[in-house]
Amino acid sequence: MKARVLVALLVMLVAVFASAEKFPSKPITYVICFAPGGESDITARLQQPYLEKILGVPIVITYKEGGGGAVGWTELVTRAKPDGYTIYGTNLPHIILQPLQGGVGYKTEQINNIYFFQSTPCVLAVSVDSPIKTFQDFVEYVKKKGMVTLGGSGQPSANSFATVRLAKLTGLKITYVPFSGSGTAVPALLGGHVDGLMTYTTMAIQYKDKMRVIAVATEERISLFPDVPTFKELGIDLVEKAYRGIAVPPGTPEDVKRVLEAAFKEVNNNPEFVAKMLEMGFVIENYDEAASAKLVSELVPYYKQLWEETQGK
Amino acid sequence: MSSLQYLAYGFAHLFVVKTLLLMLGGVCVGLVIGALPGLSATMGVALFLPITYWLSASDSLVFLGSLYMAAIYGGSFSAILLRTPGTPSNIGTTFDGYPMAKQGRGWEAILIATYSSLYGGLFGMIMFLIFAPMLARIALKFGPPEYFWLGIFGLTVISSLSRGNTLKGFIGGLIGVLLSTIGVAPVGGNVRFTFNIPHLIGGVGLIPALVGLFCIPEVIEMILNKSKQQLYQEAKVQKGLAWKTFVNVMRKQIDLLRASIIGFIIGVLPGAGGNIANLVAYSEAVRTSKHPEKFGTGVAEGVIATEASNNAVVGGGFVPLMTLGVPGTPVDAILYGALLMQGLRPGAELFTRRADVVYTFVAGVILATFVMVPVGLAFGRGMAKVITKIPLSLLAPTVIFLTMVGSYCVSNSISDVYTMLILGLLGFVLRKLGFEAGPITLGLILGPIIESGLVQGLLIGRKLPQPWLIFITRPICWVFIVLSVFFLLWPVILKKRIVVSGGDQK
Repeated sequence: MKARVLVALLVMLVAVFASAEKFPSKPITYVICFAPGGESDITARLQQPYLEKILGVPIVITYKEGGGGAVGWTELVTRAKPDGYTIYGTNLPHIILQPLQGGVGYKTEQINNIYFFQSTPCVLAVSVDSPIKTFQDFVEYVKKKGMVTLGGSGQPSANSFATVRLAKLTGLKITYVPFSGSGTAVPALLGGHVDGLMTYTTMAIQYKDKMRVIAVATEERISLFPDVPTFKELGIDLVEKAYRGIAVPPGTPEDVKRVLEAAFKEVNNNPEFVAKMLEMGFVIENYDEAASAKLVSELVPYYKQLWEETQGK
Repeated sequence: MSSLQYLAYGFAHLFVVKTLLLMLGGVCVGLVIGALPGLSATMGVALFLPITYWLSASDSLVFLGSLYMAAIYGGSFSAILLRTPGTPSNIGTTFDGYPMAKQGRGWEAILIATYSSLYGGLFGMIMFLIFAPMLARIALKFGPPEYFWLGIFGLTVISSLSRGNTLKGFIGGLIGVLLSTIGVAPVGGNVRFTFNIPHLIGGVGLIPALVGLFCIPEVIEMILNKSKQQLYQEAKVQKGLAWKTFVNVMRKQIDLLRASIIGFIIGVLPGAGGNIANLVAYSEAVRTSKHPEKFGTGVAEGVIATEASNNAVVGGGFVPLMTLGVPGTPVDAILYGALLMQGLRPGAELFTRRADVVYTFVAGVILATFVMVPVGLAFGRGMAKVITKIPLSLLAPTVIFLTMVGSYCVSNSISDVYTMLILGLLGFVLRKLGFEAGPITLGLILGPIIESGLVQGLLIGRKLPQPWLIFITRPICWVFIVLSVFFLLWPVILKKRIVVSGGDQK
């Protein structure tokens, strides 16, 4: 009898140790800091089945929207448990721009990014019914009309900075009209309330029968729009995109971070997943923890400068 | 194939055991989620989205669509029985539904809500089938200036919404608008009125506010009154009430139709949904009624207006979603995501290329609207019995517990529970002072619409000699300006009419 109890205790002890050693052993909560249905949510939903297969535990997607993501990210750095069982979607340049603007409860450097897995480059688009066919037409149109309005998602955001930078580099008079999301700006374009959109590749793909992309803000042309020139080709030094990834609360153990990093990397190498993402207009990125940190540290001074330039405008 | 043939095909496609079971499941889940205070249709659809990945595109949409339709209807149960709108689309149902419940007519109110929901739901879906492509183009005419005026018009609805003191109603509305400015600005992203409290960055959530402002004051009242008998009179069991109510409701064709049209049109407009529609429909019912003073005391027309309109929003919201790929309501935004996940791109070509999916979906939601009647009645009857029978000492803590769970679920955060409780206490005090919860929540809903419309409109208007000219140079704006002025002056007109008719009686 005594022996049996002892054995049972031993088994339990081993089980406890085994579970303590092995991460993960219970469901992981994947927090999206935006409303359901957006780019971050769609990516997470696509990753979910693959992550579950790789990690062997359920992935529970929840939403913590508010303040353009700031509510979730504040919680990430202040209250979330650093055990790897709660991970948060993060977005660049949001996590740089919000602290710059101030009033939010987190700092850029507090966010421990583990992996940036996709990005959406900015594109300049007009309605298919628009007389504007090329970027040259666009320039002439602005000159003729005196000024032009471009809608986009949020402010400050990749869209708003791309617009402000475009205006500055070309000397054209462009007014940026911020909407609450990339999707809500679309009806404003289709209804003719704005002249064009500074939006993301994903939107241009989703509405490809209604929008005409006239320039893309990437280094090189993108396969989705092989006939559309980059701003660089047009002589405008404008490269702007939004990155999306995941972060863990500060103080999460190294080994746990490695497991998560490897899992997201593996998902990104799955051809089925990649095909689905590309089809929707996402660009696959592979920035692991170290590379993510480097990316953020490079982007911080860039956005700081842009921020200062655009203040008081 | 014509759309009618497609619809027949869609119905034929439905009669597969798996699809029917999914529809029934969607209806049951929707009813429960709708009836629980704090759990809205939006949350229900988001919550159950992941389990639809393993289903085919049409099965997944039938399930989610059924859930959506039933949740909007289920929200009327808690509105009627607990004075807590189950979803933001049921706010107005508390106005007359709850007084009915207090008079022992809770079951009758549920019956009215059921038949009105059926009517509105079917109306919306049928209008969607007939007018979708045409209306989508009109919806696009709504730009920021139009939304600004729509919001202002919405606020003037308060004049017929608030009973007794119209001025207090408007002050309540402005309290709501002020609450809506807390947090990150919808345009520009500046952080305002947060007093460095991180909880407030996201602003005051609509659902915690609804639960707090409507439910908590009522529970406090219950406890202060101590005996529940004063609250719910013994329900009189009447034989044949179900059929009698059905006949009564169907006789009010004009009321049903008016509410359904309002719901459908507001549903078509992207960004405006059932939360606005039910209040506009209610105020229209009051305004056109021969006995407006009786509203708020438990009249059937009040429940008919809100419940027919909010279910008609469902079909209206599908118009821009399916034809333009622009979600009409927050729930539609999630359905949009669901379509994308299934590899379908919402938009005009969805109708032509994947007509099978679209029409199976439409047929499924229509059938679900019928199915929700018996299921809902069984469920509603049980809920009515439980709530009127259990002692106050059990009911009050259970309701408080549910409000906390519901608020927490909005974004899994305790800060929403605090928001709910604080607004609950505030709501109790305000109510004692004569400020009703209805106008406050209306202000909270419309504040961001007005603000975004104003700022975006002024930015777009920079092309004009004066930016503000944009607000008075567009035809749809004028329609809303005229309507707003008319509604604003309504109490004055009403007074004159009462004086005149009073003179007649003498």
